[in-house]
Amino acid sequence: METVVEVERASKRFGATLALDRVDLRLSRGEVVALLGPNGAGKTTLVSLVLGLRKANEGTTRTFGMDPRDRRARSRTGVMLQGSGLPNFLRVGEVVDLFRSYYPHPIERAKALEIAGLADKASAMLVTLSGGQLQRLYFALAICGDPEALFLDEPTVGLDVEARRAFWTHLRAFVAGGRTLLLTTHYLEEADAIADRIVVINAGRIVADASPAALKSSVRNKRVSFETDGSLDVQGLPIVRVISSGPRVDVLTDEPEALLRALFARGSSIRNLEVAGATLEEAVVGLTAGGA
Amino acid sequence: MAKAARELAPLAPIVVAQARSEFLRLIRVPAFSVPSIIFPIMFYALFGLPFAHAMVEGVSVAAYALASFGAYSVISVALFSFGITVANDRGEKTTVLMRATPLPPIAYLAGKVIATLAFAAIALGSLLAFGAIAGGVHLSVAAWLTLGARLLVGVFPFITLGFAVGYLAGPTSAIAILQLINLPMSFASGLFVPLPELPGWAGKIAPFLPAYHFGQLAWATMGTPTESIGVSTLWLIGFTILFLIVAIRAYYREETKTFG
Repeated sequence: METVVEVERASKRFGATLALDRVDLRLSRGEVVALLGPNGAGKTTLVSLVLGLRKANEGTTRTFGMDPRDRRARSRTGVMLQGSGLPNFLRVGEVVDLFRSYYPHPIERAKALEIAGLADKASAMLVTLSGGQLQRLYFALAICGDPEALFLDEPTVGLDVEARRAFWTHLRAFVAGGRTLLLTTHYLEEADAIADRIVVINAGRIVADASPAALKSSVRNKRVSFETDGSLDVQGLPIVRVISSGPRVDVLTDEPEALLRALFARGSSIRNLEVAGATLEEAVVGLTAGGA
Repeated sequence: MAKAARELAPLAPIVVAQARSEFLRLIRVPAFSVPSIIFPIMFYALFGLPFAHAMVEGVSVAAYALASFGAYSVISVALFSFGITVANDRGEKTTVLMRATPLPPIAYLAGKVIATLAFAAIALGSLLAFGAIAGGVHLSVAAWLTLGARLLVGVFPFITLGFAVGYLAGPTSAIAILQLINLPMSFASGLFVPLPELPGWAGKIAPFLPAYHFGQLAWATMGTPTESIGVSTLWLIGFTILFLIVAIRAYYREETKTFG
């Protein structure tokens, strides 16, 4: 299987901050990979390295076996970035044509607009587009070069539920043809639905790299919540993460039985106890809390 | 691999597409297009036409001022089209998105230069037409073409200056900074009021301003230069290089910050 992206022991520093710490990542052709992690974890930095927008201080990054800054590599990829803009006084169709000219094998303009759900917006001025339409335009620009690989950094940020759902429908249809996709997102349930592999990153390090199902089962975290009098001293308790510690305590633990035993042994008064399996989100929270 | 046939898109169509987009974004922004085309005509009507038949440096004011405001018009288009679009592209992070595509930087620059020249040709052509009709300025076809060609070819110091300001200033301050450069420079170079009629200080600093030497290219077509074309050309090349160095330094400063 051809390797599309290869990051080897890449580290990236911004001043005193270590944004990426010896990260390894390999994507094979056709893989759909979601990059997850809290804000500031290093997701965008990692995508910037893969796109050749930033240079690693140590380690190597290759795209299609080339330097990511090579125009030949960029001719085979499509991108959506966070917070990048376009001139307001151009029309949707004009911008798509402009970007099509950059690629050696572009798809038809009408086709690109149709895939992105903008078929009726070709003559709309950018300044008149809604946030969701603008995001779909960026998607049209990402795919108009018929890319073999797509790199999308938070593609649905700022979209409402309906726009997000529509976007994922378009994206899923597009990558179904065997294209490689790397995306970062905060919406875990959607990463779960689209990705066949989830890479969890925290504090500049990859802490998990598995299929959504394996990720869920590998983390045995349970969510335990109850009401108690007085405050809870978590010192010495088998707790992975405290979600809330108000009058209602809400914690993640990988040893629920031991936690409850310890609480009863302390003589804490506990009411309305609930124990539930962790969602994928909580599984990831448990993983990213490990290093904190 | 099926797609090995062509690995890169051909350059010429990219340059054409870039130039087209840059031109459209210029002409569609009234805050740019209206002043660029109307102001030189308005200034010429206000400062040149009332004294049309007076003589300055041996030619009629109508002809002399047409050359002066022709120079002013081209300078303004170059400074603003480059300065403002570059500052905006940076402010909006369009540069980052473009950087992630296979767009070659040379095509991005060439597109801007071509769009600037096209827009300058429109602004200059409108002014010259106005001067011929309202000012009664009669030149041979060859002389009109020479005037237009010299101003368009000599514009590069102002393109590199606009580029430098676009890279040094933010998107909101670029307009103000460019105007603070453009108006005093054009005034002190004798583009608004002929140099012989300005206070003595203007005559002393004018030879150190690019707009003065640019004006010489225009005045020479009316037969009233105060320095030879060769000397003007050397000055303009010097300023082009000077501003280019500033622009490249600013570009690399940004490069390290945004793409380091």
